[in-house]
Amino acid sequence: MALPPNVSERDFTRALEQFSNIVGSEWVFSSDEDVALYRDAYSIYWGEPEERVASGAVAPDTVEQVQAVVRAANEFRIPLYPISTGRNLAYGGSAPAYSGSVVLDLKRMNRVLEVNERNAYALVEPGVSYFDLYNHIEERNLNVWIDPPDPGWGSVIGNALDGGGGWTAYPYRDHFGAHCGMEVVLGDGDIVRTGMGALPNGSTWQENKWGYGPWVDGLFRQGNMGVVTKMGFWLMPKPEAYISGTAQVPDDEGAVGLMDTLNHLENLGIVNGSTQLGGGGAGGAGFGGGGWSLQVPIYGPENVIRAQLDYCRQKFEAIEGCTFTEQPLVHIPLSAEDRARVRLVNFGIPNLSTFAMLGRSPFQPNPAGGHIGFSPIVPRRGEDLVRFRNWYQANAAEVSGGENLGIIGPVFMTNWERSLVGLIMFPISKDPEHNSKIRDAFVRWVELAAAEGWAEYRAPTIYQDLIASTYNYNDNALTRMREKIKDAVDPNGIISAGRYGVWPRHLRDA
Amino acid sequence: MRSRGVVLISAFAIGIVVAILLFSSMASAQTAAAERGEAVYDHWCAPCHAAGPGHPGTQSLEVKYRGELQAVLTERDDLTSEFVRTMVREGILMMAPFRKTEVTDAELDDIAAYLTE
Repeated sequence: MALPPNVSERDFTRALEQFSNIVGSEWVFSSDEDVALYRDAYSIYWGEPEERVASGAVAPDTVEQVQAVVRAANEFRIPLYPISTGRNLAYGGSAPAYSGSVVLDLKRMNRVLEVNERNAYALVEPGVSYFDLYNHIEERNLNVWIDPPDPGWGSVIGNALDGGGGWTAYPYRDHFGAHCGMEVVLGDGDIVRTGMGALPNGSTWQENKWGYGPWVDGLFRQGNMGVVTKMGFWLMPKPEAYISGTAQVPDDEGAVGLMDTLNHLENLGIVNGSTQLGGGGAGGAGFGGGGWSLQVPIYGPENVIRAQLDYCRQKFEAIEGCTFTEQPLVHIPLSAEDRARVRLVNFGIPNLSTFAMLGRSPFQPNPAGGHIGFSPIVPRRGEDLVRFRNWYQANAAEVSGGENLGIIGPVFMTNWERSLVGLIMFPISKDPEHNSKIRDAFVRWVELAAAEGWAEYRAPTIYQDLIASTYNYNDNALTRMREKIKDAVDPNGIISAGRYGVWPRHLRDA
Repeated sequence: MRSRGVVLISAFAIGIVVAILLFSSMASAQTAAAERGEAVYDHWCAPCHAAGPGHPGTQSLEVKYRGELQAVLTERDDLTSEFVRTMVREGILMMAPFRKTEVTDAELDDIAAYLTE
């Protein structure tokens, strides 16, 4: 039996007994076989001493059980690592950020507590996946959409808390941004409800994000101040139709107008769908050649979105050398024919098709198995787009040591509002030698990007300290402030030690 | 008073009836397990392993088997319970293992019953 750091076998045994009394012995896992199920299948340190592994797991079913487990963990100083569905593959999966933690597995808390069609919101527990919420809505024929990320088995809460996003309209595809109100068990077992949820007998918990006084929800995004046990989300009413057009410019000079026009159209709310950028010689959804291509989707009533697309055409065609082509309008709900040809996540339908990029294919008969990504935020300007691409191409060979490590980049993503993401993807396998080279390359890309003023918005657990160290303005003032808050609300440092670079006092001093 | 032969024949007949009932009960239990397993399979496995485009597990197995075996798991007739359990609990390539909070041991038995019936 593995032990949490600095915890005696006697105390760990007593803690596990208490956990069993709280949740039932069948929901406490401490055998090697059971704990192995919590390993990160995409770990870049798979099978090596540095791999982050759990010492056990406990799976409560209610918020009261979560409180009791947290209090018991405080008594024995057991580090806990909450997971929602544990399917955050490429970002650590169900393995802890701090080795030896007991995973607080919230998958059993999988209740859709409310879907309010009239005011278009949902209130869910952490174990609810996008599949679960979708099925709940469709079984009741409710007139709302969810916004799924690529893998539909992810947790609605977990994805939002980790900073994930989806593929339908803004603001819904920024999952944390679309949340409204949360319930949190703090590190000492106390329970809070944020925003309007703090108002006894109120009924606007999911209708006003801010409530009264300092807003604290952000502390729980990529945070470790508590265990989120309920969370509300705003939902989009099912739109009547979807239309898109594609603007293409012939060269890098055209990219400047392309991005400025996109920003203008999005900031006006004319374009609300998740745009797709390709070309420019980048490694992403390439259109070949030196030109750039941008697909702009719009959701809404047919006559309205046709007019919006006409306005887009006018604006894009004003760019020298830009052509604009329109794709056929898609009515919603989807016909069987449309369903077979569209990308389902753009239509609020969760699925797992994204894993095809990791599986075998005629072009990839022996895939590595896993991947991680480095996704620095880049200014949304054509000049910066070109600069990032040139920077990547200039450094790629040196970073990979002259080898073909299977690294893919840059894939430019425009689905966040106001900024770009320049994604670099790294294949992960179970081969330590391969993974070692990938580690060297990953760290080098992070260093090179930081020197240019670009940094990651989200990271696998193993690199959360590294990325946090790049956000070091004024002698790491932001990290120091977070540490002060951490020490105040979780004085024994029980919850998710080290998550996103925030460590409790006793581990900072160590 | 019945003869000893009649008693033996009666006992034999009862034995057959009991065996049939027992077998029938076992078969019924197996069917019930497979029915439960189908629901679990549809939730956890089908999104990757169903037939048709958009199912990366099936796509990956098509490339692996090259037509020598069925790529769609529900169309296989050579799967064993042990193999199914191993795949679910150990995973392979991009497929991460499934924890007991996702698929319990009892549900895993049901999936195995469904895929091996």
